Amino acid sequence: MSSYLIKGARVLGGDPADLLLRDGRIAAIGESLSATGAEVLDATGLIALPGLVDLHTHLREPGREDAETVETGSRAAALGGFTAVHAMANTDPVADTAGVVEQVWRLGQEAGLVDVVPVGAVTVGLRGERLAELGAMADSAARVRVFSDDGICVSDPALMRRALEYVKAFDGVVAQHAEEPRLTVGAQMHEGDRSAKLGLTGWPAAAEEAIIARDVLLAQHVGARLHVCHVSTAGSVEILRWAKARGVDVTAEVTPHHLLLTDACAEGYDPVFKVNPPLRTDGDVTALRHGLADGTIDAVATDHAPHAVEDKECEWAQARPGMLGLEQALAIVQDTMVETGLLDWAGVADRMSVRPAAIARLAGHGRPLAPGEPANLVLLDPAARSVVDPAALASRSRNSPYAGRELPGRVVATFLRGVPTVLDGKAQR
Amino acid sequence: MKRHLLEAGDLDRVDATLVLDTAAQIEAALTGREVKKLPTLRGRTVVNLFYEDSTRTRISFELAAKRLSADVINFSAKGSSVSKGESLKDTALTLEAMGSDAIVIRHGASGAPHQLASWVRGSVVNAGDGTHEHPTQALLDAYTIRRRLGRLEGVRVAIVGDVLHSRVARSNVVLLHTLGAEVTLIAPPTLLPVGIGSWPAEVSYDLDAVLPKVDVVMMLRVQAERMTASFFPSAREYSRRYGLDARRMAVLGDEAIVMHPGPMNRGMEIAADVADSVRSTIVEQVGNGVSVRMAVLYLLLGGAPS
Ligand SMILES: [Zn+2]
Repeated sequence: MSSYLIKGARVLGGDPADLLLRDGRIAAIGESLSATGAEVLDATGLIALPGLVDLHTHLREPGREDAETVETGSRAAALGGFTAVHAMANTDPVADTAGVVEQVWRLGQEAGLVDVVPVGAVTVGLRGERLAELGAMADSAARVRVFSDDGICVSDPALMRRALEYVKAFDGVVAQHAEEPRLTVGAQMHEGDRSAKLGLTGWPAAAEEAIIARDVLLAQHVGARLHVCHVSTAGSVEILRWAKARGVDVTAEVTPHHLLLTDACAEGYDPVFKVNPPLRTDGDVTALRHGLADGTIDAVATDHAPHAVEDKECEWAQARPGMLGLEQALAIVQDTMVETGLLDWAGVADRMSVRPAAIARLAGHGRPLAPGEPANLVLLDPAARSVVDPAALASRSRNSPYAGRELPGRVVATFLRGVPTVLDGKAQR
Repeated sequence: MKRHLLEAGDLDRVDATLVLDTAAQIEAALTGREVKKLPTLRGRTVVNLFYEDSTRTRISFELAAKRLSADVINFSAKGSSVSKGESLKDTALTLEAMGSDAIVIRHGASGAPHQLASWVRGSVVNAGDGTHEHPTQALLDAYTIRRRLGRLEGVRVAIVGDVLHSRVARSNVVLLHTLGAEVTLIAPPTLLPVGIGSWPAEVSYDLDAVLPKVDVVMMLRVQAERMTASFFPSAREYSRRYGLDARRMAVLGDEAIVMHPGPMNRGMEIAADVADSVRSTIVEQVGNGVSVRMAVLYLLLGGAPS
């Protein structure tokens, strides 16, 4: 295995230092390091962060390989600076058995670009009727610790309670897609001034907040961990802040698109902006940014959701919800959090690597950049700016809401256990 | 005029007035003629692309185009490639390749005409999209009001019924406001959208309090199935609180008129004797619809009137 000597990188945005990567680990960090036989990488002006960890990725395999595969999604992830992604369970077949999660895990190993960590379904077939074999998935080669029916809310409160309790046995966590389904029948976009004008059925903020409020109470009652997916409203942030102050063991994530975009995007009826939960208002965006900054929201998670052209180039109401996120996530966080002064680079590392890895109990990721630690890291150029071209994305799908938008930052290199998966902005396999 | 008519907001006051004036000129030009036809759009092709059954709107547009001597193609979703799963975009590009100059689209999905307009070079006219808008209905309503009352500025209009699901209400609120009328929306709170506070209209839950003060009452169709989703408890309670019957009609001012975009649920939102009264413009609205749609097609495809 070759070794790499990274010269002059600013670790977490600090002073320039050299990093020597050898045998999959960080062998040394210091000034003016030298190492015979090591490939030297000039990282002047680049920032080094621990490899990013995504808690929420839709890789579509098995079932919709026309939209994404584990391999193409892994490549998009590596190009985005990720070294681990959690593959959501709403595939076809659903990842609700040890067999399916092991298949996804193995495909990730074969692709070899990021660690693909399967999420197990909470209920059989995502039907919300009875628990899937959560223990079998936890004990499988995929070592599942995050369970989610994402795409669908575990809306039955008794079933949610049992799931929260049951996964305690193997230190698992239920990641809830918070959406009271009776309040979102036919919902197309955020319910407010714009939905009233556009004549699109509204998705009220209360449908998310009601479930989060219920679930934090349940989690406290049974002493379980709860993770809330893609928090999208100011009210949700308030409830989470209240729950954390009460000592509830709850964590939460926000997507890049909810940090940047609002329901104004729906005005042209372009379904690329249709997503679930929907884009909200300016006030929600501000509250989410501050919630992420003060730690009420623990993590940024992409909810990367590739869709085939025919599922997006159609009427808004018929279009599938979801948007790409892996390749632009870090740029959006730089744009909305760093350049606004809300978060420094150490904070970015915390919200995009350290905390998500901790929530998922993922060993070997989200570790400090220090000698002896696994060499999972990303180098980015914060000074670069570029315009997003969907045709140039590594994802098999093209449904990027950032098309034509100029964004800051560029992922120059990503290392997975000392092996470059991305060099000079190009995927290495 | 913009190239498309997708929503009432596409028309500023000058454009909206131009449409109404043109409709009046066309009507005058055709009155008393044996052959009700103008040669203006000879050689042009208008496609009626209807994804929803709406015979009355389709016939109105068809008649409008034919009276302007345009070639008309009726393309309904039933029995065509659309029902076999062809996408809206493919259909649009096919129609354009066949040489359509304008596409009149009726669709159950809000925003479909906007998307269509982004894919084709010709003009797109929204003939009703989901619960969004129905701008030519609002134009014909404004035309009818102006014809009956002689003006629109300062006219007080009550729009009563299922505003939440009504494209007619959305278009009328915008257009009537543009033309200087004052709109009050009246409905049970369940049938008013969250966010209605941003509309240029007053809101009331009390029909009886509003009726004596208005010049125009526009009744919206209320579908009985709304009560199964608990928008209101029963058809009987709805019509008691929000229906227009002879008793309520009696409190209207002498000149006040009663409108309905059709099709009516007689006995639900409007009593039969009200619908058939001299105040009612319901039949007149249908005739005015053809004139207004002629004006729209003429202005979008033919240029200013000579
Ligand atoms: Zn979700």
